[in-house]
Amino acid sequence: MPPTVRNPGNTIMHDFIMALLGGLMIGLAAVLLMATQGSIMGISGIASKLLPPVSLDWRWRFVFLAGVLAGPLVMIAISADPPEIEITPNVLLLVVSGFLVGFGTVTGNGCTSGHGVCGISRFSMRSLVATGVFMVSAIITVYVIRHVLSV
Amino acid sequence: MKYVSVFFIGLLFSFGLIVSGMINPVKVIGFLDVSGEWDASLAFVMIGAVLVTSIGYQLLFKKQKPLFASGFSRTVKVKLDTRLFLGSAMFGVGWGLVGLCPGPAFAALSASPSSVFLFVVAMFAGMYLARILWRGAPRIVNKDSDLKARSVL
Repeated sequence: MPPTVRNPGNTIMHDFIMALLGGLMIGLAAVLLMATQGSIMGISGIASKLLPPVSLDWRWRFVFLAGVLAGPLVMIAISADPPEIEITPNVLLLVVSGFLVGFGTVTGNGCTSGHGVCGISRFSMRSLVATGVFMVSAIITVYVIRHVLSV
Repeated sequence: MKYVSVFFIGLLFSFGLIVSGMINPVKVIGFLDVSGEWDASLAFVMIGAVLVTSIGYQLLFKKQKPLFASGFSRTVKVKLDTRLFLGSAMFGVGWGLVGLCPGPAFAALSASPSSVFLFVVAMFAGMYLARILWRGAPRIVNKDSDLKARSVL
């Protein structure tokens, strides 16, 4: 089914360019983390190994997450334009979703960054399969919520 | 130096999430909503990231070792197991429900703490439970280090 793009023009083009630019930055970060720490930039792994039993190399993981948390604050300081966060206020949805994301990524050994970016980039069959599975299940979930349940 | 570099790499990653729009859950859901008014732009996040990373990794792996560590973590697990399918499917459902995956969750947490806090707490709870549950589970065989054990499992 071909995608239907409404109101074409500058905003759409702008979105694509910014997405590509952001992707290049994420890729550069993944390469730099491998070049310095020798590690895969998988956020679910970096975060989950900060939990008990705490990984021996917890320090760099902690500092990396501090950098991620600092991102929006630095961005606001530079541009005075806070990034837009539009998210459901539904408490139950937030808790169930957060739990599934945490449980699922540790169970499947990775998330969008670890499997989707780093794993695919080193031609890992497991990561390719994992990315296919979570993309499809996410698309089905959105379909059910938006078009079947019409929430 | 090691930790300074890691901090700035985390910052660069975070900038990438913000610039691309990955930090905004509604935009992510628009990308996943392929049968609706599909916002395909976020596909270019992965295209750009994989482009840089795949080339960068190839160049890096020709070197002996990373700057601040003894070696590259480049063992590739080969076995496709139930955990991989099940875990990834569960993650996908969670991702589709709200539009946050772990990286953007941390970035969004500092951009809008009150609205993302619960998600991150629940995410850590899920991670913790999975770690306890899978502790002591049989290790998945590695291509590089464990060729012999492969036939056993």
